[in-house]
Amino acid sequence: MTAGLNGAYGSLRRKEDARFLRGKGQFIDDIELPGMLHGAVLRSPLPHARIVYVDTTAAEAHPQVEAVLTGETLAARNLAWMPTLSQDVQAVLATDKVRFQGQEVAFVVARDRYSARDALELIVVDYEPLPPVVDASQAMAAGAPLIRDDLAGQDGNKIYDWEAGDQAATDAVFAAADVVAVQDMVYPRSHPAPLETCGTVADFDPISGRLTVWSTTQAPHAHRTLYALVAGLPEHKIRIISPDIGGGFGNKVPIYPGYLCAVVGSIVTGRPVKWVEDRSENLMSTAFARDYRMHGEIAATRDGKILGLRARVLADHGAFNATAQPTHFPAGFFHIFTGSYDLQAAHCQVTAVYTNKAPGGIAYACSFRITEAVYLIERMVDVLAAKLGRDPADLRMQNLLRPEQFPYTGPTGWEYDSGDYPRALRLALDMASYDELRREQARARERGEYLGIGLSFFTEGVGAGPKKHMDILGLGMADGADLRVHPTGKATLGISVQTQGQGHETTFAQIVAHELGLDPDDVDVVHGDTDRTPFGMGTYGSRSTPVSGAAAVVAARKVRERARIVAAAMLEAAPADLEWTGRAWQVRGDPAQARGIAEIAMAAHSALELPAGIEGHLDAAAVYDPPNLTYPFGAYICLVKVDPGTGEVQVLRFIAVDDCGVQINPMIVEGQIHGGLADGVGMALMQVLAYDEDGNCLGGSFMDYLLPTAVECPSWELGSTVTPSPHHPIGAKGVGEAATVGSPAAVVNAVIDAISPFGVRHADMPLTPANVWSAIQGQAAGPGQATR
Amino acid sequence: MQVPAHVEYERAASVEHALALLARFGPEARILAGGHSLIPMMKLRLAQPEVLVDINGLAELGYLRLDGAELAIGALTRHAELLSSELAAAHFPILTDAEKVIADPVVRNWGTIGGSLCQADPSEDLSAAFAALKATMVIRSPDGTRTVPAREFHTGPYETVVAPGELLTEIRIAVRPGGGSSYVKVGRRVGDWPVGAAGAALWLDGGVIGAAGVGLTAVGARNFAAAEAEEFLSGARPGPDTFRRAGEIAAEHCRPVPDQRGPAAYKRHLACELTARALSRALDRAPQAADGAAPGRAG
Amino acid sequence: MQITVTVNGTAYTRDVEARLLLIHFIRDELRLTGSHWGCDTSNCGACVVWLDGRPVKSCTVLAAMADGHQVRTVEDLARGAGLDPVQEGFARCHGLQCGFCTPGMMMTARWLLDHVPDPDEATIREAISGQICRCTGYENIVRSVRWAAEHEAAARAAESGSQP
Repeated sequence: MTAGLNGAYGSLRRKEDARFLRGKGQFIDDIELPGMLHGAVLRSPLPHARIVYVDTTAAEAHPQVEAVLTGETLAARNLAWMPTLSQDVQAVLATDKVRFQGQEVAFVVARDRYSARDALELIVVDYEPLPPVVDASQAMAAGAPLIRDDLAGQDGNKIYDWEAGDQAATDAVFAAADVVAVQDMVYPRSHPAPLETCGTVADFDPISGRLTVWSTTQAPHAHRTLYALVAGLPEHKIRIISPDIGGGFGNKVPIYPGYLCAVVGSIVTGRPVKWVEDRSENLMSTAFARDYRMHGEIAATRDGKILGLRARVLADHGAFNATAQPTHFPAGFFHIFTGSYDLQAAHCQVTAVYTNKAPGGIAYACSFRITEAVYLIERMVDVLAAKLGRDPADLRMQNLLRPEQFPYTGPTGWEYDSGDYPRALRLALDMASYDELRREQARARERGEYLGIGLSFFTEGVGAGPKKHMDILGLGMADGADLRVHPTGKATLGISVQTQGQGHETTFAQIVAHELGLDPDDVDVVHGDTDRTPFGMGTYGSRSTPVSGAAAVVAARKVRERARIVAAAMLEAAPADLEWTGRAWQVRGDPAQARGIAEIAMAAHSALELPAGIEGHLDAAAVYDPPNLTYPFGAYICLVKVDPGTGEVQVLRFIAVDDCGVQINPMIVEGQIHGGLADGVGMALMQVLAYDEDGNCLGGSFMDYLLPTAVECPSWELGSTVTPSPHHPIGAKGVGEAATVGSPAAVVNAVIDAISPFGVRHADMPLTPANVWSAIQGQAAGPGQATR
Repeated sequence: MQVPAHVEYERAASVEHALALLARFGPEARILAGGHSLIPMMKLRLAQPEVLVDINGLAELGYLRLDGAELAIGALTRHAELLSSELAAAHFPILTDAEKVIADPVVRNWGTIGGSLCQADPSEDLSAAFAALKATMVIRSPDGTRTVPAREFHTGPYETVVAPGELLTEIRIAVRPGGGSSYVKVGRRVGDWPVGAAGAALWLDGGVIGAAGVGLTAVGARNFAAAEAEEFLSGARPGPDTFRRAGEIAAEHCRPVPDQRGPAAYKRHLACELTARALSRALDRAPQAADGAAPGRAG
Repeated sequence: MQITVTVNGTAYTRDVEARLLLIHFIRDELRLTGSHWGCDTSNCGACVVWLDGRPVKSCTVLAAMADGHQVRTVEDLARGAGLDPVQEGFARCHGLQCGFCTPGMMMTARWLLDHVPDPDEATIREAISGQICRCTGYENIVRSVRWAAEHEAAARAAESGSQP
């Protein structure tokens, strides 16, 4: 591994590749323990029904079955219900009713996975169907079937109302504006669908009382604390281990009923129990994403100066409110919907509702609903541009925040840390040869061909977050780092965040190596095991580098400062006379009097006399409470070709300029962007988790929940600018979700741009051939519905 | 991942042996070729045969050759083999076009022509392609061989005329000079089942269309064919207006079912649009008419 | 029933149910867990291995069908301490992130380069179009395969002493 020019930062090859390339990763289904049993979940075929009885006699009699759990058996242990991350409760195994198709009803534990699957068919459940409600508006209507009759005082399907911004100021701005443009739009329900499904191996040792749980979890410590609270097991006797995780994207944040059933199964049988869901279970029952029905209004002067923004949102949360976001932000960070523009006022209002669908909503690289917010503002800017007859790039450039306005406090309270937006947009326009693209578009139209150019400029707030504002179930969103430098100068860094492909074993080694002048090969990163790492809230919302990365920097700098004192003792100099060269502590002006970390480490453990108060080691720990979020941003341009005869869309080019502050490993940053851009193509053109009006999930397999392949994706064209975060110790911002946040609007804007000659002003995702053709004919399919 | 129910397994050593096994085990036995239609159904437990008769070892059923005046395709031919066959591409590029858009390259390595046809999905691409070519299916039984026109092969969704003790062994297509053919499909994504697809084959005679075959899939066309459109095309001057009219007629006679892939109106539109496009491309591939008159070129 | 499958050159005889899927035979019986599974409907390609020299989706093949046949998995790509050029390409070009789709992608890439030594970008994309990656957006996978193609072309040229 070669070090980059900028200390240890640079495009280093990844350390974790060695095992993955050889097929030696250890994913959850690779784990095999002696005596291990296999679990399978029986799921409800009905979206809404009373349970009359559950008869497990035949299943229990199956020769390979060791145990069968039902809601009743869990209720006896007070485990039939579990708290969600949003102050609601969720059924682990249904007792009174089932409330979505695919809901967990029983759990079989058998000696092999095939027998477990067979035994499911032997369980008899008598259901009394109830009318389902799958449409969020219908769920809000008077007389709609009551889904959560288990909650005292719940007399309808509304979960909450929430708002942000200044309604009076916004109303005044709108009243005085020259131009108001209005647009309804739907961000359809989709699903993160990591390639590896969710699973757990639970191993309860009845003699020691220790529970070890291997789990596909993006937040092992949070899970440990939750299991302690929910299952009543002492926290110090619980060990959570995240093995290698085959993609998370927010799908692997919650604790799922199957996990808890595996734990109980292990307690009941006295043997390890593995449960790994199949793909249909993953799509039908685990944390979905989006499902926001939005109404947007934008106010501007006739010269194109945007003045104000209003949004009303109907948020479909499914049958239980299990969204994962900071406690005081029930709609996540949606109220950053003012985006990257200089507005006078804004107001948004979100109503959340229960429906007979799987629980979730915050997942899939959404940065806590910033995907929805960016989609809204970027579509509204294009809608405004169309109304004013303005070029959408020009209109954006006119309204972008200027660098001198930073740090910028927006109309809904966000304090953006740094940014040079016009520079990023100019770079993207140059890379795209934007003016030439417009000319080419005009020439194509004369030939009867339809090219479309779509832009998206986005700002995210990531790295949750300051403890005084942000907690999940009372646990502040700080993260820890634990650094030990061994006598021979090698280091071990324990972190509390959890990679699912983001390359932490490499990037965090680079962070420490950079601070201490070490080779990244000499720094080992330990993650995922609660026995070996410090407490923290895990990886999601692009928070690893902003929070845990900062903790690693702080810990490394503590080590470096301690090393200064030891080096001073070694050199018989005063600590104040030493300066850090990037690789060593050196007496100022005397290069011969220098000591690197390796030598200092050995000396710290030796008989060297140290000043009073300094103990003989180079270890340090840090817990980082971020002062603010970090605000990465980007400018995206998408070029599409639409065949109006069939409605087919081809993405020809995609230019992406991203700014995530200081980049530790540019190769890894680019990889994160590439992946998110594919999400944009997928969500804009093909992905939807649809339900029919009877509550049947139509997206329960990859035959219908379509994900983009290499053929639908163009060769991504990337550029970057670097605007460091002023408050982050190394100026870095998060990047994991940026492209997923920014790209869908660019693709949608491009398609609408292509078919605007046919009078189309808007069409909802996914822009399948049928939906595009129908829009051209003037026949919209209806918000958020599968086309009929 | 979902897994099949219990099943028994037999491996056939010859066609006769396969037929004997089918006779022995009765209607609950299923032929297992590539398995890429059957095994997914078994994993979802939508199909639960009692016995599988594995015919993958029957090399005598995997071939593509000219047999007299016919192209003969063995039922065990893998999709990848048909896709890469220069013989098929030379005579019937409609088949090459169709294979390019069937499933994906890895599935095509193992899935077979016979397996797909016998699965009889109403959206199967080859059913439309063979219907356009007016192919003939050859079916073996212990009593001998019988032939069935491609257009009579399917009796309903997932149902064919192949009886429980029988085996589809071959597909035959008459080779005639002067023809061109093509296949055009719209899917939501590469590898998806078609939202709609059309295959066309036409032969020129003098300056007019001597014979035409139009196949449609996924749009509820009877027998995967557009017989009324073919009637209209016979004797007509080839060109964009003719092809558009043929597409309209084809669309009038299909009964598309609305689903996640699209509403009925859209599918009906595709039947029209894709028929016209497939005819146009077929014409582009047809040699000039014998009397030297250049056929009209469509866009 | 008893089956004998040759996997990565070694013959394994096992007693299995007829319904056992090949991917489970490879992973659970033989403990070769480098090949993965990710869906129920033969769409994702995480399970791609070679069967008689051709990439197949091993979740859609019965182990019984492989009785008497040859299987090759990702564990066979590296020879000793060295990596196959495809693996080296993936490492150099950041062609993997979580690593879950990677074995299947590399097996298809290896087969492609064995048959089409100089594939262009469109050919590579088409070759992997039956396999899903959720992390990389495919860009670096394509670059990884191109790197391997160019590396092997250079090696062949060096061997034959001629200019590539």
